[in-house]
Amino acid sequence: MYTTELDKSRPVDLQTGEPKDLVDAFEARVAADEFIEPKDWMPEAYRKTLIRQISQHAHSEIIGMYPEGNWITRAPSLQRKAILLAKVQDEGGHGLYLYCAAETLGASRDEMVDALHSGKAKYSTIFNYPTLTWADIGAIGWLVDGAAIMNQVPLQRTSYGPYARAMVRVCKEESFHQRQGYSIMLALAEGTDAQRRMAQDALNRWWWPSLMMFGPPDDASPNTERSMRWRIKRETNDELRQKFVDATVPQAELLGLSIPDPDLTWNETRGAYDFGDIDWSEFYAVVKGEGMCAKERITARKKAWDDGAWVREAADAYEAKKQARNVA
Amino acid sequence: MSKDWPLWEVFIRAKGGLDHKHAGSVHAPDGEMAVNHARDVYTRRMEGVSIWVVKSTDIVSSDPDAAGQMFEPAKDKIYRHPTFYELPDEVKHM
Ligand SMILES: [Fe+2]
Ligand SMILES: [Fe+2]
Repeated sequence: MYTTELDKSRPVDLQTGEPKDLVDAFEARVAADEFIEPKDWMPEAYRKTLIRQISQHAHSEIIGMYPEGNWITRAPSLQRKAILLAKVQDEGGHGLYLYCAAETLGASRDEMVDALHSGKAKYSTIFNYPTLTWADIGAIGWLVDGAAIMNQVPLQRTSYGPYARAMVRVCKEESFHQRQGYSIMLALAEGTDAQRRMAQDALNRWWWPSLMMFGPPDDASPNTERSMRWRIKRETNDELRQKFVDATVPQAELLGLSIPDPDLTWNETRGAYDFGDIDWSEFYAVVKGEGMCAKERITARKKAWDDGAWVREAADAYEAKKQARNVA
Repeated sequence: MSKDWPLWEVFIRAKGGLDHKHAGSVHAPDGEMAVNHARDVYTRRMEGVSIWVVKSTDIVSSDPDAAGQMFEPAKDKIYRHPTFYELPDEVKHM
C-alpha cells in the first residue's frame, strides 16, 4: 500500500556472480524467519528492493501530513485541533523512523529527500486526493490509517530488523489514528442531516482509493513471490484488501453509512465480502503523477523544506563556531 | 559529499531503574540538538525519562562474520548455568 509496487516497471534484477554459499545461507536464514541486520551479508537485490520499499514508505508518511495538515487551522474544536496536530506530528515521526531504517542500508537522507522533491520517488497514491470537508479528516483516519494498519501489522515481522522495529513503533501509534478518525465519523453520523450527508460524501470519495492502497491485484504483481520469500512482504495485496473490506463494512453499518459499491455482498461460503471491480486505470494514472493534488503536495513539501533552510544553516554555523572555539 | 547532518544513535531510559535502550537514530548538527530531536521523535508519549545520544561513527561493533569465534566459546559451557546441577529433591530452594 504505502509502498506496494508503485513503480513495478523497474523490478530490481537479481545480481549475478554473488557467492552461492552466501546467497544460500541468506535464503535459509530468511526462510527460518530470522532477522537480517545492517552489517549482515545480503544480496544486492534485497538491499535495493528494501531501500525502495522503505523510502517509498517514508515519503508516504511525510506527504501524508499534507492532506490532513490542510485542516488543522479549521478543526471544529480546540480538542479536535490538538488531536489532529498530534496525529500529523506522528506521521512526521513515522517518516523519520523509516528514513533511518533505509539509511542503515546505505541510502543517504539527502538523496532520498532529493528524490522526493524532484518527483523521482513515488509515494502512496492516496495522498494525491483532496480533503474537501472536515468529514474527510474522519474518513482518512478511519479508512486510510485503517488500511495502513492492515498493511503494517504483518510488516512487524518483516525480515529486515531495522524495518521491523520501525514498524513496531509505528503500529503502536496507528490505532490512535484510526480511532480518532472513526470518532469524527461517529460525531457526524449522530449529527444533523447535513453532517450525515457530509460523512457519506467523504466515505463515497475515499472508499475506492482506500482499496487501491493495497496495490495491484496479485496476478498483476510480478514481484510478490520473491518479496514474500524474502519476508519483505508477508501477505499478498489481495489478501490484505479482503481483510480490510471484511473489517470495515460492519464499521460503516454501525455508522449508518453505506459503502459505495452496489456489488458488495456477504458471501456465506467464503465467509467474506464479495466486492466490485476496482478501476485500476485511475490507480495507474495517480501513480504516474496525474493525481488531483500531486503538484500541490510536492510544491508544499519543497516550500516547507526551502523555508526551513535558514534554520539548518544557522544550526550549522553555530556548530562550526563551537568547533572553532574548541580548537582555539 | 552528502549535505546530511551527522547521524546520532538514540538510547532511552523508559523509567528510573531501567537501562538506556537503543531506540533509533536522528540527524543533528550537534549533540544538544540531537537530544532535542530525539525527544520529539522518540518520546511523544512519555516513552522516556532520560536520553543518551552517541555519534553513530563513534560506535565500535563486533563483526557479524566473526560471530562464531566471538560467541561460540560460551556455548558448551553449560555448567555456568544453575540448571546444570541436579540436586536431591530434599534441597528445596537453592
Ligand atoms: Fe503513519
Ligand atoms: Fe497514521
